[in-house]
Amino acid sequence: MKFSENWLRSWINPELSSHELAHALTMAGLEVEALESVAPAFNNVVVAEVLEVIKHPNADRLNVCQVNVGEAAPLNIVCGAPNVAVGMKVPCARIGAVLPGDFVIKQAMVRNVDSFGMLCSAKELGLAEESQGLWLLPEDAPVGAGLREYLELDDMLFTLKLTPNRSDCLSMAGVAREVAAIAGGTLNALQVYPVQSSLTETLAVNIDAPEACRLYCGRIVRGMNSAAATPSWMMRRLERGGLRSINAVVDITNYVMLELGQPLHAFDLAKLAGGIAVRYARSGEELALLNGQSVTLQDDMLVVADDTRLLALAGIMGGAASSVETATRDVFLESAFFVPDAIVGKARRLTISTDSSYRFERGVDFAATRMALERATQLLLEICGGQAGAINEVHGKLPARDAILLRTSRVKRVLGIVLDAIQITALLQRLQFKFEQQGDDFHVTPPSYRFDISLEVDLIEEIARIAGYDNIPAQPPQTAALMVLQTETQRPVSRLRQLMVARDYQETISYAFLDAEVERDLCANTTPVTLKNPISSQLAVMRSSLLGGLIGALRINFARKQSRVRLFETGVCFTGESYAQRERFAGLCYGTQFPEQWGETARSVDFYDVKADIEALFAPALLSFLASPHPASHPGRSAQIFLHGQMVGWVGELHPKWLQQYGISQIVVWFEVELDALISADVPHASEISKFPPVRRDLAVVVDESVTAQSLLDAMLGSNTSYVAELALFDLYRGKGVGDGKKSLAFRVLLQDTQKTLIDSEIELSIARLVAVLQQHGAQLRI
Amino acid sequence: MQELEKILDEALKQFAAIEQAAELEQVKARYLGKEGRLTVLLKGLGKLSAEERPAAGVRINQVKQGIESALQQRREALQYSQLQLKLKAEALDVTLPGRGLGCGGLHPVTRTLERIESLFHSLGFTVASGPEIESDFYNFTALNIPENHPARAMHDTFYVDQKHVLRTHTSPVQIRYMENNAPPLKIIAPGRVYRCDSDVTHSPMFHQVEGLWIDEDVNFSMLKGVLSNFMQCFFERDDLQVRFRPSFFPFTEPSAEMDIQCVQCNGKGCRVCSHTGWLEVLGSGMVHPNVLKHVNIDSEKYLGFAFGLGVERLAMLRYSVADLRLFYEGDLQFLKQFN
Repeated sequence: MKFSENWLRSWINPELSSHELAHALTMAGLEVEALESVAPAFNNVVVAEVLEVIKHPNADRLNVCQVNVGEAAPLNIVCGAPNVAVGMKVPCARIGAVLPGDFVIKQAMVRNVDSFGMLCSAKELGLAEESQGLWLLPEDAPVGAGLREYLELDDMLFTLKLTPNRSDCLSMAGVAREVAAIAGGTLNALQVYPVQSSLTETLAVNIDAPEACRLYCGRIVRGMNSAAATPSWMMRRLERGGLRSINAVVDITNYVMLELGQPLHAFDLAKLAGGIAVRYARSGEELALLNGQSVTLQDDMLVVADDTRLLALAGIMGGAASSVETATRDVFLESAFFVPDAIVGKARRLTISTDSSYRFERGVDFAATRMALERATQLLLEICGGQAGAINEVHGKLPARDAILLRTSRVKRVLGIVLDAIQITALLQRLQFKFEQQGDDFHVTPPSYRFDISLEVDLIEEIARIAGYDNIPAQPPQTAALMVLQTETQRPVSRLRQLMVARDYQETISYAFLDAEVERDLCANTTPVTLKNPISSQLAVMRSSLLGGLIGALRINFARKQSRVRLFETGVCFTGESYAQRERFAGLCYGTQFPEQWGETARSVDFYDVKADIEALFAPALLSFLASPHPASHPGRSAQIFLHGQMVGWVGELHPKWLQQYGISQIVVWFEVELDALISADVPHASEISKFPPVRRDLAVVVDESVTAQSLLDAMLGSNTSYVAELALFDLYRGKGVGDGKKSLAFRVLLQDTQKTLIDSEIELSIARLVAVLQQHGAQLRI
Repeated sequence: MQELEKILDEALKQFAAIEQAAELEQVKARYLGKEGRLTVLLKGLGKLSAEERPAAGVRINQVKQGIESALQQRREALQYSQLQLKLKAEALDVTLPGRGLGCGGLHPVTRTLERIESLFHSLGFTVASGPEIESDFYNFTALNIPENHPARAMHDTFYVDQKHVLRTHTSPVQIRYMENNAPPLKIIAPGRVYRCDSDVTHSPMFHQVEGLWIDEDVNFSMLKGVLSNFMQCFFERDDLQVRFRPSFFPFTEPSAEMDIQCVQCNGKGCRVCSHTGWLEVLGSGMVHPNVLKHVNIDSEKYLGFAFGLGVERLAMLRYSVADLRLFYEGDLQFLKQFN
């Protein structure tokens, strides 16, 4: 909502400066988004008439003009504008004038000719970005008048960012009413008197959709001059309200909309056949709109039709075929009340938005429908002449305005401050709400222009708003002091993040949507959750894995010449028709394991570096890894991760074909695990520790390459051999002495008892058992 | 006896000149060894008369002790200087960088979220969460935003299908939580939200923290108290000016938009605050009775306040980030600044 301050002040003139008024509006919930001057500062510029133009004796492109500035003698002014001509009215900066940019006009000698002022373009006055020559003023501009006064340039433009509930402020009348409530003062409300109708003629109106169109007022006006000029004051207010002048009739309907908030429509009577019907469109009906757009309608869209065709999309836009043109002499004027539900969403569906639909969707004052028609008629007769017919008013059931109970006690409970019945009475009066008081209770009837007041809290908000939110103190809560339990069986994600940070990973956050191609390639996901209205095809499907986002971030860093990238991310992943949403934790490493440094030989990060990070994340829980192919990974370097027998994630080296596709030069190792598995934790339970020294024995065995270390460890652990306190692999050897296709694995065995020092026979018995288990698994003891 | 003095004198001189421990032991043998000069003298005592012997014995022993103690001193001195040499040789260039892994860091949004969570946690709020693909019902209808309501147009919704959207705010978590928990309730719901909008100041995905407090004695004045306190703590400024303006959200009534004094210019007016001196940081209000009705909470008995704040906005203000899009590029140069 944009309007001229001068116009507002003709309705109500509070003793506040422009900025104070803007602040008051903002603090009352009508946010002033912009407050700007209509024109930059300049002075001493008057309306002038060019009396004579003579070529400058010493310059080809200059003219010497005689200019009437309303004084006895004309001024001699040298002018370089190509469009200067005798008889034109133009702005003239007098000597001493200061123009925008602190440009002072002085008496000057221009190539030996005296010049006593300057004829101005709109650009020179700061009123246009570009100008082609002098600014031509209307022929009837009063010579000698100050330009600022004549054009009312000492005015400010207010732009309100209205919330969708405040349709009542989409008009001058509404804003003025609001200012009166906020700032006090006397409201010079517009007085509208019924126009004497000199024609008896009416047009039949038939409402076929009475629940949608609750009130329809129409009247015929004949014999007008549609080519009449829109008065400059009206043009100015329209312009400053953000509307373009079209023709007198349309301008008048628009003006009344800005003035009273009621959208009106004028049909060219000569183009109508028979009576008016308001009904729902039949599915598939077509209508060519005023803006040149043709729309195909659906059966929930309300239309205005005559006996033969559609005339308008009710409350949204008129049709081209019945539109008013400058040749139009007779019109049918419509002022109606369509309920918001009937209009809302329809324009949007047709991808149009009009000032009319914007208002009807939010609610138009149904008590002003007829008044607006009278006002428009009055202006029409004044400006375009003609004779008005009687108003044909057809109405159904208008929206109920039931009184709402407002309790003083409830005001206190909701707001936390005490307002007594006297204060509440005063606030309701400022709002001009009708109410009846019963003790401390009020029965308030919401006004017809407020579509946002139906409950007691709505009234409480109004009271708080007018009392001022600033006047409600900020109080610290008084509440029972209870501790917040944080269970120890879940590890906070923040701790897991810190662990990754300590292991030199940087956290990233990626978009949860990405290119379908990435999902297909990296996750073999051909049925991703897909957005109906993505921002772009690169952001069209929901991720089923965090890997795609991590690769995206890697590629950005790779492109920006980072040689070592270690990232991690937590986030929700989406799969399946029922949109399963699981939070995951993922990481990715590229480049050297250690940052380039003097004390470590540079080596590329590998599978086992990242595996250690995963093991650290889950510690103390023990994981197992099962070689298993993943579409993103090198088939021989990919594993599923198991926790307590449950598959909880993947780790792998990115497949060389993806490295090649993404233009990445070195290996990338990634992992992804389920967050649920990662955060679940057991409360520790201490067991007895031994005071007796452990005995260490090393077991070195040779096995086929295909035998995994894990299988041997599992077998030994599974044998439940006595006294085994710790079992771990500590060496791996391939090469001389082991044989092709074989490897040597060395295990460290710690044997310990909590009750005694072990004797040799006990130790040997345990070791023999472990050796037997190893041999059962094809391992040969290495001597 | 003069010879004794001479021996002592020579020994001391020789010891002092020696720089190697092994040589010192060899020289020692010349005096105290089997054939050493003192040993010989001691052996010769037997040849002296009984009268002379005690005095001569005492004298020789004195010299012997003198030599031994000089020897010991010299040994220690040599050991000491040898240690010094070794230590000197072992000295490190302590300015060489430490070895091993570096240290990563948290994303600035996470950092901000954790701060917000910990501040509200200190006031007894617990963390709740909900799905990011949300039903139309939870995202809109249950929050008093019926189909076709103009407020839906404010949301620029991503649709997954006719009935499912990417949640446009964290407010649906309120509903889900209230459905499953009886008041009093005190939660925050941090999370990702999505809007179909992308430019310098809008990201199609961003983070919000929703807050909800339902109890018998919650009121608007408390809402102001809690949120003012939060902003002052978050920016670590006791004197941070805040203001609450009436606004409109379908799920709260009364509703309030909260502004803080611009933290860049302290309210004087700058580019960050569009020269208004104020920054809009949060939407809030008293929970709308229709919302409580949806979840079967008696709005006569219980009142509540709710708020939603934009995490990126706070992160940008707190850490002077000028461009919203940097948060989601993953550029290490940007991210490492918050470590």
